[in-house]
Amino acid sequence: MLSYALRRLLGAIPTIFIIITAAFFMMRIAPGGPFDQERTLEATVMENLNATFGLDRPLWQQYGMYLGNLLRGDMGPSFIYRDMRVQEILGEGLPVSVQLGLTALVLALAVGALLGTLAALRQNSSTDYAVIAVATFGITVPNFVVAPVLSLVFAVMLSWLPAQGWGEARQMVLPVIALALPQVAIVARLVRGAMIEALRSDHVRTARAYGLPARMVVLKHALRAAILPAVSYLGPAAAALLTGSIVVEQVFNLPGIGRYFVQGALNRDYTLVMGTVVIVAVFVVVFNLIVDLLYALLDPRVRYD
Amino acid sequence: MAEHPDKAGRIFEVDDIRVTFDTADGAVEAVRGVSMHVGRGETVAVVGESGSGKSQIMMAAMGLLANNGRAAGAVRYRGRDILNVSVAELNRLRGRKITMIFQEPMTSLDPLYTIEDQLSEPLRVHGGMSRQAARARILELLNLVQIPNAAERMRSYPHELSGGQRQRVMIAMALANDPELLIADEPTTALDVTIQAEILQLLAELQSRIGMSILFITHDLGIVEAFADRTYVMNKGRVEEEGPTARLFSAPRTDYTKMLLAAEPEGTKAPLPANAPALMEAREMRVTFGRGPGLFRRDTRLEAVRGIDVTLRQGQTLGIVGESGSGKSTLGRALLQMIPSEGQVVWLGDRIEGLGTEGMRPYRKGLQMVFQDPYGSLSPRLTCGEIVAEGLLVHEPGLDSKARTERVSEAMADVGLDPAMRNRFPHEFSGGQRQRIAIARALILRPKLIVLDEPTSALDRSVQKQVIELLRRLQRENDLTYIFISHDLAVVRALSDYVMVMKDGAVVEEGPTGELFDRPETDYTRALMRAAFDLRGLLADKAA
Repeated sequence: MLSYALRRLLGAIPTIFIIITAAFFMMRIAPGGPFDQERTLEATVMENLNATFGLDRPLWQQYGMYLGNLLRGDMGPSFIYRDMRVQEILGEGLPVSVQLGLTALVLALAVGALLGTLAALRQNSSTDYAVIAVATFGITVPNFVVAPVLSLVFAVMLSWLPAQGWGEARQMVLPVIALALPQVAIVARLVRGAMIEALRSDHVRTARAYGLPARMVVLKHALRAAILPAVSYLGPAAAALLTGSIVVEQVFNLPGIGRYFVQGALNRDYTLVMGTVVIVAVFVVVFNLIVDLLYALLDPRVRYD
Repeated sequence: MAEHPDKAGRIFEVDDIRVTFDTADGAVEAVRGVSMHVGRGETVAVVGESGSGKSQIMMAAMGLLANNGRAAGAVRYRGRDILNVSVAELNRLRGRKITMIFQEPMTSLDPLYTIEDQLSEPLRVHGGMSRQAARARILELLNLVQIPNAAERMRSYPHELSGGQRQRVMIAMALANDPELLIADEPTTALDVTIQAEILQLLAELQSRIGMSILFITHDLGIVEAFADRTYVMNKGRVEEEGPTARLFSAPRTDYTKMLLAAEPEGTKAPLPANAPALMEAREMRVTFGRGPGLFRRDTRLEAVRGIDVTLRQGQTLGIVGESGSGKSTLGRALLQMIPSEGQVVWLGDRIEGLGTEGMRPYRKGLQMVFQDPYGSLSPRLTCGEIVAEGLLVHEPGLDSKARTERVSEAMADVGLDPAMRNRFPHEFSGGQRQRIAIARALILRPKLIVLDEPTSALDRSVQKQVIELLRRLQRENDLTYIFISHDLAVVRALSDYVMVMKDGAVVEEGPTGELFDRPETDYTRALMRAAFDLRGLLADKAA
């Protein structure tokens, strides 16, 4: 298993390299530059700035320099937040985004599995239909609608929870819910389908034929099989949570990396955008690996050796 | 054989049970008022063809019916009704006093837990055993069902065991709490004949040692005759006939039972005339699956076929028998160039090995194949007529639709299907009819050779017999050559004039059918035949 994990990590290097390359050149193809402002700068100032940041050199040289610096752990200076290196900016925001994302992920898995199981156990009952309705709602309504509505109802109108800020547990509640809701819906649907199948499977019939209590049949034998599709979905879900957090961080004014991503892109802050892309790419690759290892842990038939 | 037990000795009784399923087409009655009983220590068989309702009685009795199923009537264990009790009350019985083993040893165990984990559940739930005590008991049970290296096997997962071993584990689970009744639902149907014989021997031995009753559900009359004291014959949800097994076999009373008993395949095929022209000549056929070792990879190569020669003459039926994993189907596919293989294949004077999809196309017309699974091998979205006609579109694109329809009608009539049914979909046909469609699909191209891969294995004996008759007639009328691949020696004997016995990718023995069956030369062939044709003798020997 260890050699498999190692092989996968080695295999991820070309993937990340391609992502970096594509992002680098796409960013540069986009019109405009980091120092274009409403008032055009004087030519000499512009030249100075470009020289300082190496933007006057040929593109392939800049690309080579960027890769070289990245290998040394330096993501370069931000073009907009002067005096800050990109890794410093992201280093501040990343813990917030990761905490937000992981909490939402755990919540989505737990609540989704619970709802999916309930629906499957009472297939075609009102519980089932209610879960499907909630799931459909969760999938179709985007979080740039859900987040402001949550904020409006629970923070502004009812004053139960704070509308913004970071640091207290109370401040996490609304953003986590807004972020988790679509994932709850997807997980619930996955688990429901797999659970219905699992409950009809031969080995669950065996468990029932041997007089095991219903709780044991459902939780030990059916749910473990039914959770597997949801587990393989965790990889894409993690990616969705990171990108989804961009909107949620904006709405609840959280100091995560999402807002840097958006602002960086709008300001043509090349290094900041590149830094965010690298972080997200690495995160997705690593998370997919974790998911595959977790899957092997849950299903003994899957072995990587 | 146990004597007919008196009413007081009955431990299990089914009284006028009815099982109904609510389907989209309305209520379907699967069991229509069946009564049966099992005495203490008795072995009772319930025999019937697919759809006779034999399994559903037991599912109803054990509270395992599908959600859309309902049962009425009474099921009594030691005089107490268990059909209309709560699940909690039923759970005090299931897995303790009454246990079950099922047909599918591959899927009946939970793939995600170890053998120890699963065997400990009934012990801990019903017997209140500690983990330690359960472990000791499991070891004892695994030794009882003769699993080698039991201590090591406890930590295995189901997929690491063979089919026979998994069924032994299921039996161990069934015996865990010293049950009074074991319900065995087709427990050996998915297993090879030699493994089947071993499992039946084990069950018989355990029964005499432990003294439980066995209720054995099967479609296989050979097992019934060898195994059961008393037998119920079921047909279309009703009991047709009941009685001591010996009497039932010697003097069947109903037409249905007589028909079942007469459904064993019969007849033989005369050897070919010496001057029959050669059709196919294959030398040193080899098939290897998997990949060789690599930087981070183990060697996963498996030689499925190891250097086999095949000579086929016009009008011949070559029977290839072997147990699962022997490579018989792989050989059939390799001969038709459907999978990558090594070896030289000459078909009517042309070398066809390694021709690839395009290169093989002109030859495909003459080389057709029929598969085992009549459910999976027909596309569910095409009508019967479209399925049968499909080959013509590729191989005779010049035909207009009228000529095509004529050929389809002809082929359907040839296999005994009413051409008027051509617009129906596969699910509207029975298993036997579907296999006829598959044969018609091959036949319409007027092939010279048809490879039949277990074409009768998924069918009931009575339907099997009809398909065998059909294959014989088609061969006569169209001068066809068959390669008939099967694990079923009785069917192979009835159809082939030359037989090859395969094991582990190699031919163990081959020869003209009569000689091979009368005077088998290897121990392996002898064991195979004994398990297939003399189950009763085998069980009696073991008991003695």
